[in-house]
Amino acid sequence: MQSTKSTTQLTVNGKKNSIDHHPEEPLLYVLRNQLGINGPKYGCGLGQCGACMVLVDGQPALSCIVPAGSASGKEITTLAGLQNKDGSLHPVQQAFLEEQAAQCGYCTNGMIISSVALLNQNPQPSDAEIRQGLQTNLCRCGTQSRVIRAVKKVGKEI
Amino acid sequence: MPSINRRHFIQTAAGLSIGFTLFGCFPQQEKTVAGTAPTPSTLPPRNIPDGSQIDAWLQILEDGSIRVLTGKMELGQGLTVAMQQVAGEELNTPPEKIQIVLADTGLTQNEGYTAGSRAMERSAMQVRRAAAAAKAMLVSLAAEQWELSTDQIQVQDGQVIRLDKNEKISFRELLADRQIEGTIPEDLVLKPKEDYEWVGQPIPHPDMEKIVRGEALYVQDLRFPEMIHARVLKPKVYGAKLTSWPEETQQMPGVVKVVQNGSFLGVLAEEEFQAIQALKTLGEGSEWETSRPLPKVESWADYMEEAGGPSGLNTNKATHAAVYAKPYTMHGSIGPSCAIARYEEGQLHIWSHTQGVYPLRSSISDLTGLAEENIRISGVRGSGCYGHNGADDVAADAALLAMAYPGQHIRLQWQRENEHQWEPYGSAMRMELSASLTGDGKISSWDYHLWSDGHSTRPRGNAGNLVSARYLEEAFEFNPGSRVGGGTRNSEPYYDIPGARIQDHYVKGPLRVSALRSLGAYANIFAIESFIEELSEKAGKDPLDFRIEHSSDERSVAVLQKLKELTQNEPSTEGEGIGFGFSRYKNTASYCAVAAKLRVDLSAKKITPIKMWAVIDAGETINTDGLKNQTEGGMIQAASWTLKEEVKFEAEQVISKDWAGYPILRHDAIPETEVHIINRPELPPLGGGEAAQGPAAAAVANAVYAACGKRVRELPVEAHVF
Repeated sequence: MQSTKSTTQLTVNGKKNSIDHHPEEPLLYVLRNQLGINGPKYGCGLGQCGACMVLVDGQPALSCIVPAGSASGKEITTLAGLQNKDGSLHPVQQAFLEEQAAQCGYCTNGMIISSVALLNQNPQPSDAEIRQGLQTNLCRCGTQSRVIRAVKKVGKEI
Repeated sequence: MPSINRRHFIQTAAGLSIGFTLFGCFPQQEKTVAGTAPTPSTLPPRNIPDGSQIDAWLQILEDGSIRVLTGKMELGQGLTVAMQQVAGEELNTPPEKIQIVLADTGLTQNEGYTAGSRAMERSAMQVRRAAAAAKAMLVSLAAEQWELSTDQIQVQDGQVIRLDKNEKISFRELLADRQIEGTIPEDLVLKPKEDYEWVGQPIPHPDMEKIVRGEALYVQDLRFPEMIHARVLKPKVYGAKLTSWPEETQQMPGVVKVVQNGSFLGVLAEEEFQAIQALKTLGEGSEWETSRPLPKVESWADYMEEAGGPSGLNTNKATHAAVYAKPYTMHGSIGPSCAIARYEEGQLHIWSHTQGVYPLRSSISDLTGLAEENIRISGVRGSGCYGHNGADDVAADAALLAMAYPGQHIRLQWQRENEHQWEPYGSAMRMELSASLTGDGKISSWDYHLWSDGHSTRPRGNAGNLVSARYLEEAFEFNPGSRVGGGTRNSEPYYDIPGARIQDHYVKGPLRVSALRSLGAYANIFAIESFIEELSEKAGKDPLDFRIEHSSDERSVAVLQKLKELTQNEPSTEGEGIGFGFSRYKNTASYCAVAAKLRVDLSAKKITPIKMWAVIDAGETINTDGLKNQTEGGMIQAASWTLKEEVKFEAEQVISKDWAGYPILRHDAIPETEVHIINRPELPPLGGGEAAQGPAAAAVANAVYAACGKRVRELPVEAHVF
């Protein structure tokens, strides 16, 4: 069988990379295995749980179903790319830390990515808007009430 | 501190100082990072001292920092920070400076499973004692060196201080090349609790910053040079036999090997997506001999009664009788189980998020024929497990693949459908209750029958408990046992009821089962606490007062009173209702009372949880925010189980393959949570990780009744209320 690979220019957290990958390969595996990025996690491969989320041009994207090739020329931001250049945390990361809004933390990547996307668009979301913004993201430890508190905290501060 | 104790203690400690030996070298030094240890795999194995020894639990590293080694695992329950707190407290050192090594057969004690909410009750108390003994030794050693009495010396923040001159010496300088060794004294004097600085405080979890920054933390994040990626093709259904698979898979890009052993089939590839592509080809082209092993079940209440036989209860004279049931429910970890295994020259090393590294090791030994001493299992954090999920099974799969392809690290993560279809579920259960009331509203008789499959098939040395072992060419037998086991947990009501009669009925159910958070307590408390509220209505009593009137344990009364205080002025509008639930977990551990407020919209077929309250008494609370987090999470998880969850199957297979086929609570239905802790520092810690599950289930069902007048006795609520 032939190995046909595509080459895509991916800009991840401000850094340009030239990546060879299978034409159908989802962005998730490229980010994790070729670029060593740990934020986005494999959860379902079906776009149902949100553990794999990244920002593509500021919009939340499910990297487990988005083909790597479709992100060509776009700005990809992962959880690790949210922090400031001096290493200080993004306000949403800071709020999750202060609220201790995780237990196992496997879903936290997606929770933070969704929250950042929401707050970028709507700096002071209502309770209903926060829930809607996080509707894709599943958590099994039951930390969602903390997650909502963390997002509200940032909403108030902005 | 009583002087007699102190004098004796000093003698003991002084005697013990002989135990200091020239150890040669310090434990291998890694860049010291607080929290979960740096890539645990990089620490070499050691000769593990007996658990009575200080250095079984605690070591001073070359840079003077403190390492605690626990035989337990971090599951997201906050074990790491609690261990930091108890050790740091005894050593007067800020918890964030303590490094924690999780369970590892090459490094730590055999503490069995991290389960049953026992880590604080047992492991943390051993760490507390080891830290106190280490402090005593450091003080004693400094006293010898400075020729001072021990009361002139203090340990503070990783240093030893002589109070007369206010001079400090680091642990490293004091110990020179020596390591702390010796037996932890029986009559050890611990730091007085009134002097506590960190225990009992909401200390943040050390891993939280790594989590919010997206740093490597999980077994899923471990990477080794030249690591090979694997996937396994699970049978379509229990008992299926593989008859053929497409051999062209071996020529697919990146595929290095297809491993077949009987009906166990796995593929190894250079890249993860290549392994996934090859798995797809295997799945589409393989042929299986299957039967239709799964029955048609309309009602678990009926199925369990038929399978396990009727109770034979005569309820004619009872004031009230009712039957409750729950279906099979899933652990449903967000991250499918994952393991990395490497086999070389007769040595097998596995990195796993198992809840029990030692029991897994003995089972892998049985599976592979390797002696236990040639197997090392290193515990690494994974996605939350809530019991026995696929962690052990995937480790066994990875071991089988690694032994078929020696010399390389093999990383195997299950696909979502593998976890959903093959994890061992929490058993379906049936509960039947009958009770009588006296004229003044006291319970005068109580009969309780429960029907259940077993609640633990964890690997305990038998390969047959690892699911793939049953599908090998030379298949291992699986003996599921014939006991309800943990299904009876909390079947006895924690109330003053004269002559309560309880009986269990074993049912060998159709689906694979094992330990799910709180075992049978969830369903038993759901039934008992639903029934209690039904009885309170018949007695014409307030549901919380009715419980209090049947409680002579003042700690029960305290949590119930506090819950009443928190909720009595809570308004409810049309379509809204508040319900309650209470239990003392295992009847020996934490006391927890829960209230749920929710809205039921019958025409829109929608239930919206609004708020849940819990009052919990877990004895001495090590970390107040940790206990709150566990209790909040327990309530939300139990609300999800209760409202929505049911493993669905057809004759040929489990059809709950993903989150569409097994919906759980999403953010539109997440209640606000409020947890109140009754802290009792003077008492032993009781462990609170599972205390909320049962009371929350009953609170939700009781709130549904309060909101719409419909009493739901068969779970999940949403499938039966509309």
